[in-house]
Amino acid sequence: MPKIIVEVMPKEVLLDPAGKSVNNALHRSGHKDITAVRIGKRIELHFDRQVTDADLAEAQKIGENFLSNAVIEDVVSVTVQN
Amino acid sequence: MTFKIGVVTFPGTLDDRDAQRAVRIAGGEAVALWHADENLHKVDAVILPGGFSYGDYLRCGAIAAQAPVMESIIKAANGGLPVLGICNGFQVLVESHLLPGGLIRNEKQHFICRDQTLVVENVNTPWTNQFELNQEIVIPLKNGEGGYIATEETLKKLEGEGLIAFRYKDVNPNGSMHDIAGLRNERGNVVGLMPHPEHAVEAGFGPDMPGTMRSGVDGLKFFTSVLNSLVNA
Amino acid sequence: MALFKKKKPEFVPSGVDTTANAAVTPDKALPYAQLGLKDDEFARIVDILGRRPTASELAMYSVMWSEHCSYKSSKIYLRQFGEKVTDEMKKDLMVGMGENAGVVDIGEGWAVTFKVESHNHPSYIEPFQGAATGVGGIVRDILTMGARPIAVMDQLRFGAPENPDTARVVHGVVDGISFYGNCLGLPNIGGETVFDKVYQGNPLVNALSVGALRHEDLKLAKASNPGDLVILFGARTGADGIGGVSVLASETFDSTGPSRRPAVQVGDPFAEKVLIECCLELYHAQVVAGIQDLGGAGISCATSELASNGGAGMRVQLQHVLKRDETLTPEEILMSESQERMMGIVPKKHLKAFEAIVNKWEVEYSVIGEVINEDRLYINWGEEEIVNVPPRTVAHDGPVYERPVAYPAYQDALNANNVHVAAHGHGLHRHNDNGSELAAQVVQIVSSPNQADKSWITDQYDRYVGGNTALAQPDDSGMIRVDEKSGLGIALATDANGRYCYLDPYEGAKLALAEAYRNVAVGGAKPMAVTNCLNFGSPENPEVMWQFKQATAGLADGCLELGIPVTGGNVSFYNQTGDVAIHPTPVVGVLGVIDDVARRIPSGWQDEGNNIYLLGVTKDELDGSVWSEVIHGHLGGRPPVVNLAFEKQLAEAIAAGSEQGLIASAHDLSEAGLAQAVVECSLRFGMGARIWLGEICERDGVDRTAALFSESTGRVLVSVGREDDVKFVGLCEARGIPVLRIGVTDNSGHLEIQDIANWNLADLAGAHKGTLAELFG
Repeated sequence: MPKIIVEVMPKEVLLDPAGKSVNNALHRSGHKDITAVRIGKRIELHFDRQVTDADLAEAQKIGENFLSNAVIEDVVSVTVQN
Repeated sequence: MTFKIGVVTFPGTLDDRDAQRAVRIAGGEAVALWHADENLHKVDAVILPGGFSYGDYLRCGAIAAQAPVMESIIKAANGGLPVLGICNGFQVLVESHLLPGGLIRNEKQHFICRDQTLVVENVNTPWTNQFELNQEIVIPLKNGEGGYIATEETLKKLEGEGLIAFRYKDVNPNGSMHDIAGLRNERGNVVGLMPHPEHAVEAGFGPDMPGTMRSGVDGLKFFTSVLNSLVNA
Repeated sequence: MALFKKKKPEFVPSGVDTTANAAVTPDKALPYAQLGLKDDEFARIVDILGRRPTASELAMYSVMWSEHCSYKSSKIYLRQFGEKVTDEMKKDLMVGMGENAGVVDIGEGWAVTFKVESHNHPSYIEPFQGAATGVGGIVRDILTMGARPIAVMDQLRFGAPENPDTARVVHGVVDGISFYGNCLGLPNIGGETVFDKVYQGNPLVNALSVGALRHEDLKLAKASNPGDLVILFGARTGADGIGGVSVLASETFDSTGPSRRPAVQVGDPFAEKVLIECCLELYHAQVVAGIQDLGGAGISCATSELASNGGAGMRVQLQHVLKRDETLTPEEILMSESQERMMGIVPKKHLKAFEAIVNKWEVEYSVIGEVINEDRLYINWGEEEIVNVPPRTVAHDGPVYERPVAYPAYQDALNANNVHVAAHGHGLHRHNDNGSELAAQVVQIVSSPNQADKSWITDQYDRYVGGNTALAQPDDSGMIRVDEKSGLGIALATDANGRYCYLDPYEGAKLALAEAYRNVAVGGAKPMAVTNCLNFGSPENPEVMWQFKQATAGLADGCLELGIPVTGGNVSFYNQTGDVAIHPTPVVGVLGVIDDVARRIPSGWQDEGNNIYLLGVTKDELDGSVWSEVIHGHLGGRPPVVNLAFEKQLAEAIAAGSEQGLIASAHDLSEAGLAQAVVECSLRFGMGARIWLGEICERDGVDRTAALFSESTGRVLVSVGREDDVKFVGLCEARGIPVLRIGVTDNSGHLEIQDIANWNLADLAGAHKGTLAELFG
């Protein structure tokens, strides 16, 4: 059954302490070429029918208004998966 | 006459009964407000207490901000109703856009419970008028997602217009930018802070103070302030 | 509710093993041994049922008759707790052992329920979820009694601090307890953390919860009224914790789902918080006749216990269970240990009211059966009957073992190897003539991981929520106000010493009891009741059984002597890696009552110019001590002597002193003796002191090492205002309590022990408080 995938990432300019913490852990275990880690969210919206363009547009709105906090996060992608 | 202070309960709210007790000790009448009820029952002020509303799912306070009661509170706040957001309540205020910025995971990635010294930097709000400007107070802090962040622009505005209500002193427990512990809105009726004043209102159950165990009651002034502001309203 | 009328089922059960099928296929091979049942136990089940069990029945019996659920190896010893009891001891006991938790009448119409439980093995496999669900489980036990949970405590034992795997377990466990306890809104008011290599592969995570209720709100886990509905509510049922039972699905019978299921349970504290508020409203509305929480063995345990306790039967339609995974087989549903679920017995006339409340809290529920007037538990999967058993045989008439007991081969040599003959007969070296060496040993000890300040851990727990916390760590006991008007409150302390118990399990258990008792008393409360969590190695090892037999006898005898009953507890066996068992570690929790929490006694001194008194007598008792461990790496000899009659006298003296307002602070002496106590008292509020040891040495005939580090029992460090000196000393002497002035408090910012050290409190604090952050931060 089709899904719309919404991906949310913390804004580039702001702190990401979780990402930083993971980055440090990777360095400690030898992965020194990884320069940064940023951690976001992947949210799936499930449908029991075909997904339309209107659904996609609505998902973008939902992403911006509710699934993310526009002050600290960006919606980086909204895609259909069938 | 006894003023009515509403205290909101969302699923997962933890410190509502303590906030109600604080209101009572200060001399007000605490009115329990249910998240699904958009009726504010004619309260004179509202407190959004601490806890883990909706399990902090999605983002702290994000789902609570969509509750029917919040629609009414946002309207009322825009009309001047005094609103105090404590910890999770502060997160709800930020998610509701009644206060600017965001609150993220503590810098050290752990929950921290400590007796925190704060400097009161704004006494022109219904919640802080009984404090002295730059007074230092000790208020228990307990959270995992208390890191205040905002854009450079927002921070400039907050500092420039004196909208920072409380700042961490000696120790910044969560990495908050500019050591911001709490804010007020431009109008001054909405105040949010991460520490918990309702845990420092009753001698014997508050933070340790020099000389006497658990005697700290610096938090009581939050609640007497709002009652004071209503008398003079 | 047309539950049991003939109607078209909404689904088609596939390949389930029914009772009808079992009756006609007696020779079908069943993997009962893989499920932990012995040949004679399986034969007994066949005998009870008059046929072979179905797969579902086999699953039920195998888990309910397992060690964890049936206490089969410990029952004969646990009986002592119910037998070695006088009527006087039982007078305030409203609910004793055998229920979800014991309940004690504390006066003013209030009752308190409390219990400690283990979640050891899951916490090694998955420390975060193991510890989190451990907290969740014990809190539900308290909720099930009709009480609002008001506090938690935890008793943790980890492996050697330097071992890298220890950090993995420590972080996971502390994060898990913090995550779950904080989200429930329960203050964490105390506990203990111990590091010892014996726990390396077997960490111990014990969790305690306490709740308060009005007498009339007491609930019991029984279904007694035919016609009442059986309702499962809370989280949906999933594949959590199924583990071993999956062998049924995969090996022998047709299965509709994957055969490998996760063994770990995953907790959601938000769901539990909502469940707590929902249940309390249900209780308040009096719409629930009986209630049971779902923990080990899930639905099979809840249904059989509710039926067996109530003396009635039950008919259950398992397909009505709300699932989060549609592929679960009936066996898996029966055994699932999904968290945050409760089973309520609801009279039909209260169903609407019940529904209104659960809907308000958005808690899901389904009616899965009803109580019937027969001594039978029937479970159907649609039209097919898959379970038909007498409930008592599942829930209460499990096997009772009398395991072989053998005095350990190592015991005599261990006891002979005391501190005076160790080191090839020279005895462990003492630096009695070297003050600065003694000073260095004090610092080494108070900064060692077991003796160091635990704030790195406890600052991750909320101790304020509820606004009723009168005492918490690092005080000797946790204390919670129960009645806001009168100040009535309860105190709790938990203690265990695996090293003492290894040296002498009988005395070691008594010592744990004595310490918890003393901890409650020095806070100003009156000890009233006991809970315990008995953590031992494998019961199949006769030497471990000997330890268990001794420890339970010591605890039961001790409780009888002190006059306070055991109200409930938990046993955790199989804490061993290969052949190496942990030290026997019986954790003893003591509950006390105080008429007004305002009277509570701080553990450290706050006023300058007060006199410091040492109550009790110091003997040369360093076997099994922290000093012998940290300074010499030695374990041998016999633990300190415990005198429970004197502990009682001492507690009563403290109570009298407190009532007369004579005591400014009181701190009991235990691990690392006087040295630890004076450091803790000085650092608690940053008030310094000047201490002298000369009179202790002279009066009690001990050397300076013993004066500093001996772990003799029955001792308390008290600070008294100058104006109360005469009265206080008089009170002690009149009650036969040896009392000796050994110091004065001062605001110098220093702790001085005459002829030994003069420490700057800030430096001492740095040494005492920095250790855990350095190791694990």
